[in-house]
Amino acid sequence: MNNNETANSISFLSEPKGLKSWLFTLDHKRIGILYLGGIMFSFILGGVFAMLIRLELLRPGPDLVSADTYNQLFTLHGAVMIFLFIIPGVPAALGNFVLPLMLGAKDVAFPRLNLASWYIYVVGAAFALYSLHSGAVDTGWTFYTPYSVQTQTSVVSMTLAAFILGFSSIFTGLNFIVTIHKLRAPGQTWFKLPLFVWALYATAIIQVLATPVLGITLLLLILERLFGIGIFDPAMGGDPVLYQHFFWFYSHPAVYIMILPGMGIISELISVFSHKKIFGYKAIAFSSFGIALVSFLVWGHHMFVSGQSEIAAMIFSFLTFLVGIPSGIKVFNWLSTMYKGSISLETPMLYALSFLVLFTIGGLTGIFLGALSVDVHLHDTYFVVAHFHYVMMGGTVMAFLGGLHYWWPKMFGKLYSSLWSKISVALIFIGFNVTFFSQFILGTKGMPRRYYNYLDQFQPLHAFSTVGSWILGLGFLIMFVYLIHSLFRGRRSGPNPWGALTFEWTTPSPPPTYNFKETPRLTHGPYDFDKIAVEETK
Amino acid sequence: MTAESAEHTKHILPLRLYLAVGGALIVLTAVTVAVSFLHFGGWNVVVALSIAAIKATLVAMFFMHLKYDNKLYLFIFIVAVLFLAVFIVFTMFDTMTRDQIYDVKAGPITPDATIYQSNPADTSGTVADSTSVHR
Amino acid sequence: MTDAHSHQPYVAHHFTDAFQQREAAKLGVWIFLLTEILLFGGLFVAYSVFRAWNPDMFHNAHKFLDVRMGTLNTVVLITSSVTVALAIRAIQLGRKKQTIGLLVATLVLAGVFLVVKYFEYSHKFHLGQLPGKYYTFTGVEGSNPHVFFSIYFAMTGLHGIHVLAGMAVISWALINTMKGKYSSEYFTPIEMAGLYWHLVDMIWIFLFPLFYLVG
Repeated sequence: MNNNETANSISFLSEPKGLKSWLFTLDHKRIGILYLGGIMFSFILGGVFAMLIRLELLRPGPDLVSADTYNQLFTLHGAVMIFLFIIPGVPAALGNFVLPLMLGAKDVAFPRLNLASWYIYVVGAAFALYSLHSGAVDTGWTFYTPYSVQTQTSVVSMTLAAFILGFSSIFTGLNFIVTIHKLRAPGQTWFKLPLFVWALYATAIIQVLATPVLGITLLLLILERLFGIGIFDPAMGGDPVLYQHFFWFYSHPAVYIMILPGMGIISELISVFSHKKIFGYKAIAFSSFGIALVSFLVWGHHMFVSGQSEIAAMIFSFLTFLVGIPSGIKVFNWLSTMYKGSISLETPMLYALSFLVLFTIGGLTGIFLGALSVDVHLHDTYFVVAHFHYVMMGGTVMAFLGGLHYWWPKMFGKLYSSLWSKISVALIFIGFNVTFFSQFILGTKGMPRRYYNYLDQFQPLHAFSTVGSWILGLGFLIMFVYLIHSLFRGRRSGPNPWGALTFEWTTPSPPPTYNFKETPRLTHGPYDFDKIAVEETK
Repeated sequence: MTAESAEHTKHILPLRLYLAVGGALIVLTAVTVAVSFLHFGGWNVVVALSIAAIKATLVAMFFMHLKYDNKLYLFIFIVAVLFLAVFIVFTMFDTMTRDQIYDVKAGPITPDATIYQSNPADTSGTVADSTSVHR
Repeated sequence: MTDAHSHQPYVAHHFTDAFQQREAAKLGVWIFLLTEILLFGGLFVAYSVFRAWNPDMFHNAHKFLDVRMGTLNTVVLITSSVTVALAIRAIQLGRKKQTIGLLVATLVLAGVFLVVKYFEYSHKFHLGQLPGKYYTFTGVEGSNPHVFFSIYFAMTGLHGIHVLAGMAVISWALINTMKGKYSSEYFTPIEMAGLYWHLVDMIWIFLFPLFYLVG
């Protein structure tokens, strides 16, 4: 029935027209696309920094950039990727677009706040770019005291950027919680919500609980620089380890702001492309909350060698192992969903499978690092770098790309090249492993992270890693080319190209401005593939 | 749902109640000031914070209508306080138990510590200089 | 497509009725208040940690705060909380003039609070009891007394900014009340402003004993 509607409905992309209608839009779909633009720009920027870092590390000694520039490069790579790309990535871009559609709603609860959060994001990004211009920060993205109090680089404008971006994140989270509570379709009870919505909900809770602490931390850091207030600066009687407590009270939960929505996407993808009801719906839904809760109790594992008390370190180490439980629940449920499903290896599913492999490696190496005695050896080595890239890039970025490829036809009404997208996944997967698996080995051999120079014995592995970054870069380049190509030359997509059951696939691609002709009524669960035969409308 | 909604929107508390709660808050303020002049040692903080907690509860329950409103708001409020407690308690696990296992004691870091010896303005102010050292 | 409630001008298109919209707004404000509690939370952590490390210094330094001024401000803020709560009650009953009067009273009391704070601050500036490296006062015994004043100024300063923000929100509600935008049917913005103001009061309820009474 939806095919007939496609022809005569006006898409949100084409109406109303003009730049102004985009800059002042209150439509969550347009705001999602504005976010997508900002996020992709940041991703490319951060990626260029990463490529430069890898190129510099191809051989020991100074090659490409000076040592100070190198310090600024890795700081900017971290800060841009974390604050501008990966934290807003899934929720603000994909979530904004998809959430109201999944709930059968016309918009998020507070459309103006939603637009405001995008503008705040842009202002924050502008501060970050300004700090690039005025002597880029060289503290690492963590801004640890006392160095961040002493360095002459523009710490204040970068911390201000992160502070402002925090508000953007809080507003998105607040908006999502209220939307999920108040704007669900008639008949859509909590346990009939798609798992992506559950994941966004858990994410939003962390966003509103943790981000204010980042705000006050960065404010105090700025005050410390300006007035020497003596809370974090040891020269003034402060305690630098206290800064780390403050910082990680936000930044550890923030890791789950990054990964949880990715996990939500994977739940969608695995079920849809296995054409099978998700295994353990409630377990997956509640494990998101388990992760959110535990995430607030483990921050001290970033500080095992910082001078934190041994007793606190033991408590934090023990609690860290608990994270493995909900994460394991999710992975096993996804595997069980695939078991005896009829799996179609479309591009989004290939990303989901990459996620499963890479996230499992990233998660398990996290257990190594959470163990107190092992961490003393591995702390601040490339092992840590490899671990969090496996979780952040192998996990979140893979899920983000999977989600992007999954909802791309819905967003723009166009299908991308199946062949080129599969070539691109293969290159990204191979390139990623070449780049970062070598870093696990480097780390165990004792290569410290963030070093500009290194001993000759590490050269082969560093070179291996750098070559991997080129493969990875090529994969992303191909992806950008075919995605942009699809916008202009892609085949038109029907409303439901993948044969999925959630609300967003019942409306035309791209959807009309207010999403649905009539408020939809829920008649079946989001994954009832056993009860309902869905037709793929490519 | 609609009956409940009508009840929520139209819940008007009597004037007496507001004045009584306001009066209680002022009396409690007087009590806490008076008690602060007595010396209970460490218990002074406990007493002061307990009275403050009672006052905050009164404000939340009656002025902010938590007693009558959707219990979800009460839940949100409690969650905020609980996570703040986690923040304080876990941080103080560290700050109050340092140097308890090994004999080595950490001394305070003073302005004449090594990291403060070199003037940062001299070393990192000029990028070109520091690279020439490396080359 | 026209549903029964769309004739009410204050209901936005994506809500089904006024009740849903009001509940959404309230939930939003409560989540916002939660973020405020955690924002101040960081400073409470700093206070707890440094007080536990230097109890004697904190005790000596707190004697330099004026209990009378603090008490006066506490009473002022509590009274303003009562007036704003009564303003909401008045608009619920549809008494517009009373609402306006009570909101103005709230603003005046907030102003009094800031004036008292100004006198306290300027006295401390005069004595050199300034935060961090600008601290020049010598009368406090114990190590690093400037940290006490850093935390004092950070917490009361942030609170003062919130008082200003609260005044802005109440003024906005006041202007719209005068314009006749609110009635006994629709008064959500006043209610939201009130909730915010109560939180500002609540934070002061804790700051007052921690700094002025026990130190």
